[in-house]
Amino acid sequence: MKIDYNFAFFDEGSKREIRRATLKAVAIPGYQVSFASREMPIARGWGTGGLQLTLSLTGTEDVLKVIDQGSDESVNAVNIKKLVKKTTGVLNTDDTNKATLIQSRHRIPEKSLKDKQILVLQVPIPEPLRLVEPSEYKTKRLHAENEYSGAWLMLFEQIMKYGNMSTGADHPVKVYDRYVMAPSPIPRFDNPKMDYSKALILLGAGREKKIYAVPPYTKVKSLAFEDYPFEVESFEDKECRLCKATGVFMDELIDEDTKETYYQCNDTSYCLDRLNNRN
Amino acid sequence: MGYVAIKGGTKAIEESIKRLKYERLKEKKIVNVDDIKGSMRGLIDQVMSESSLCSRELASIAIKQAEGNMEEAVFLLRAYRSTLPRKHYTKVLDTDNMLVERRISASFKDIPGGQILGASYDYTHRLIDFDLTDESLEDAIKWVDDYENEKIKDDDTDLKKLPKVVDYLREEGLIKTYEDNNKEPIDVTKKSIEFPTERSERLQILTRGQTGAITSLGYAALRAYGALHPTVGELRIGSLPIYIDNPLDQSSKEEDSFYIGDIKITEVESFIPKEIEKEKGRKEIEFDIGYGICYGQNETKAIAMSILDNCLETGNKKYPTHDEEFVLLHIDSVESTGFISHLKLPHYVTFQSKLDSARKTKKGEKDNEDRL
Amino acid sequence: MESFEKPILKVNNLRKQFGNGCKKCEDMSEDVLDKNYCPECGTVYACQDVSFEVYNGEILGVVGESGSGKSTMMQCLYFDKEVTKGDAYISNYKDGKSNIFKESSQQKRYIRNNVLGKVYQNPILGLKMDFSAIGNIAEKLIASGNRKVDEMERRGNELLEHVNIPLFRSKEEPKNFSGGMQQRVQIAKALSNNPPILLLDEVTTGLDLSVQANVLDLIKKIQRELGISMIVVSHDLAVIRMLADRTIVMLNGKIIEKGLTDQILEDPQKPYTQQLVHSLL
Repeated sequence: MKIDYNFAFFDEGSKREIRRATLKAVAIPGYQVSFASREMPIARGWGTGGLQLTLSLTGTEDVLKVIDQGSDESVNAVNIKKLVKKTTGVLNTDDTNKATLIQSRHRIPEKSLKDKQILVLQVPIPEPLRLVEPSEYKTKRLHAENEYSGAWLMLFEQIMKYGNMSTGADHPVKVYDRYVMAPSPIPRFDNPKMDYSKALILLGAGREKKIYAVPPYTKVKSLAFEDYPFEVESFEDKECRLCKATGVFMDELIDEDTKETYYQCNDTSYCLDRLNNRN
Repeated sequence: MGYVAIKGGTKAIEESIKRLKYERLKEKKIVNVDDIKGSMRGLIDQVMSESSLCSRELASIAIKQAEGNMEEAVFLLRAYRSTLPRKHYTKVLDTDNMLVERRISASFKDIPGGQILGASYDYTHRLIDFDLTDESLEDAIKWVDDYENEKIKDDDTDLKKLPKVVDYLREEGLIKTYEDNNKEPIDVTKKSIEFPTERSERLQILTRGQTGAITSLGYAALRAYGALHPTVGELRIGSLPIYIDNPLDQSSKEEDSFYIGDIKITEVESFIPKEIEKEKGRKEIEFDIGYGICYGQNETKAIAMSILDNCLETGNKKYPTHDEEFVLLHIDSVESTGFISHLKLPHYVTFQSKLDSARKTKKGEKDNEDRL
Repeated sequence: MESFEKPILKVNNLRKQFGNGCKKCEDMSEDVLDKNYCPECGTVYACQDVSFEVYNGEILGVVGESGSGKSTMMQCLYFDKEVTKGDAYISNYKDGKSNIFKESSQQKRYIRNNVLGKVYQNPILGLKMDFSAIGNIAEKLIASGNRKVDEMERRGNELLEHVNIPLFRSKEEPKNFSGGMQQRVQIAKALSNNPPILLLDEVTTGLDLSVQANVLDLIKKIQRELGISMIVVSHDLAVIRMLADRTIVMLNGKIIEKGLTDQILEDPQKPYTQQLVHSLL
């Protein structure tokens, strides 16, 4: 029994179905569109939502960049790149500028994205209200009724208990003044990059079977109270140990010998680029 | 000096995959796909059932590739299934026409057509058979030949026309006779489910469910968290012929349909007593049916499925086993194992972000103290 | 009582049935009206075309045994259950011109948040037990559009103080509170958006006598200070006597008697009411 896989793994019917869901998602910014998420050759929870989007979008001319938690070389990123390359033969790149399609887990690249680029984000829990309302039946209705008190209440509770909003990653945003959306677990640092992004941002949740989108040049606002503004992670007066960059999202690392804390760009391709072009 | 590598993932992965292959082969033994197909019936049936793909051939390859690891084999087949265009739906199957190999009822001793034990572990002692360590192929072949030559006393039972036990209760009016629901079932692999679900969706998800998960939840419903007391009305195992409509002729006439093969299935109909309120105070007891079906011989799973089917029909808010979101969203092997295993992925960024928040809360506390 | 001219809430023919009904019962013939279920098909009529009014600033008592339909009626008014038929108008909502039962679920949510407040017998239904007491109050404020934390915190503390919850406990979760405290938090929550009408469903049932007295005093105080209209449902005539200006008596899903509370207690007309009043004495 010898079988060859189709271009981009899926049969054409499956690809069309995913594209239809994607178009609907683009037409209704921030709205979670259900789709018949397929099982993929990588595990559910490892980026199958993003991968399905990527495969349905990849054409022979595309140049693909895949990052995982900021790194092009993380094992999962490599794995996804390998699979797409194996089933499509498209070019891979680490260079944010050269990519037409960027699949990412939990980061938006430091270098600003351009027109006609597509950023695909992998999403574990697409429902911003899930923590206050476990039932999908109910959350679907809350979205329909534009009823987001639950999301706000969560933030209010955090302020009461901890003195500030302690959302960590995945801080909810409001898209185009209508749908409240989980931006996927990108750090708060990356939330502002979604606002009026030149690139199309697609978000795919494979296990939860949802696709949603932020079309280019769309307003994306992080939820925050009038007297408790939204704050990104602070890396004030920190600089990258390698490329000396400041004002970027950094990994916090510990020097094994001196036990000292130091910082390094989380976006590895950004860091390498700076290192290579340093005079 | 400590240094975090920002390159090197590709190489590391290649080595890991090589090491995996080494683990599979290091004893310098291989098992032929045909051997798996010929001797791992239980494993193949479970893998086919959970992956929702009926092919003993493919299941055997997957089992070999996964070194017998269930979740991995199911995963392989599901991923493969994603690549297959779905061109036809079969015509409705009627399990009345099953060629029965095994059929028992726990409700009636004397069912029309009789109890047929067939092949089952139920009547074996679970003693390890050490003779199997040096079983020879010649002996095995001889045993099979002898067995097949044994004179089996023929009675008149037509194994293709065994009446259903449930019909007996229907005649007495103890089970409601429903009209056939010929509504096109929703295909859960083409459209993701929305709540509340239809029964066709529930049955599909249950039959694809992970055997262990279905069994555990069915057990929970039976033991304490479900308030029901089923009796297996009928469990039957056998093969069913599959037909599709003539793809060139839309008239879908019976005689034009194409026979495409047989599948072996386990089917269970459980009887579950239910109180019917007639008028204030007066109640009657009728029976509900819980339905379970799956590929191959998977008796425990099919029975557990029949319990859960009834739980989800009843939908008593008191029990998690009656909550369709709780049950249906958590029993799929690929989904649950995938999300659990994703915890192994690096979470450096998310953790860094949480760390930042945690520090701010500490700072907030300090500010408060300072103010006091 | 000249201020009782225009009702703040008017309910007409509220019906709530469980079951589909049949030919025999759907026209509400005498057989059905007598009991609250249909002997033919078993359909239960928990509320059989109940009509009444609540006037500005008054407390309306609803009394009856369990199963009389009084709690179902309250659930229908707060949209916890959907009515089978009937209509209701609130003068503070769209000038009393819109049947609130026919509103969209979005509008119903608005009414629950801004026009009505409800206190449940079981605090689990009225409170989010895993959120702080103040968070519970903020939930209603947030739902009506407030986005200022400090303002909501101030309002929350003011309300909690009003219902005698010590401020140092405001950030605790109500699941750690005593039954009486939970009821007081529910009352604070119900009051958060200054609703013109408060629905109180058996709010003191199951509490110790001294705690009961405490909660009842609080309700009286609120009514006196805020002049808010209330419907108080109770099976306990003592509660009704203490709180209600007017009272309706329910039996088998129907209102069998209504009038000033004193009148009903001193001079009950219907045999059932007489029995009820005598059992109290």
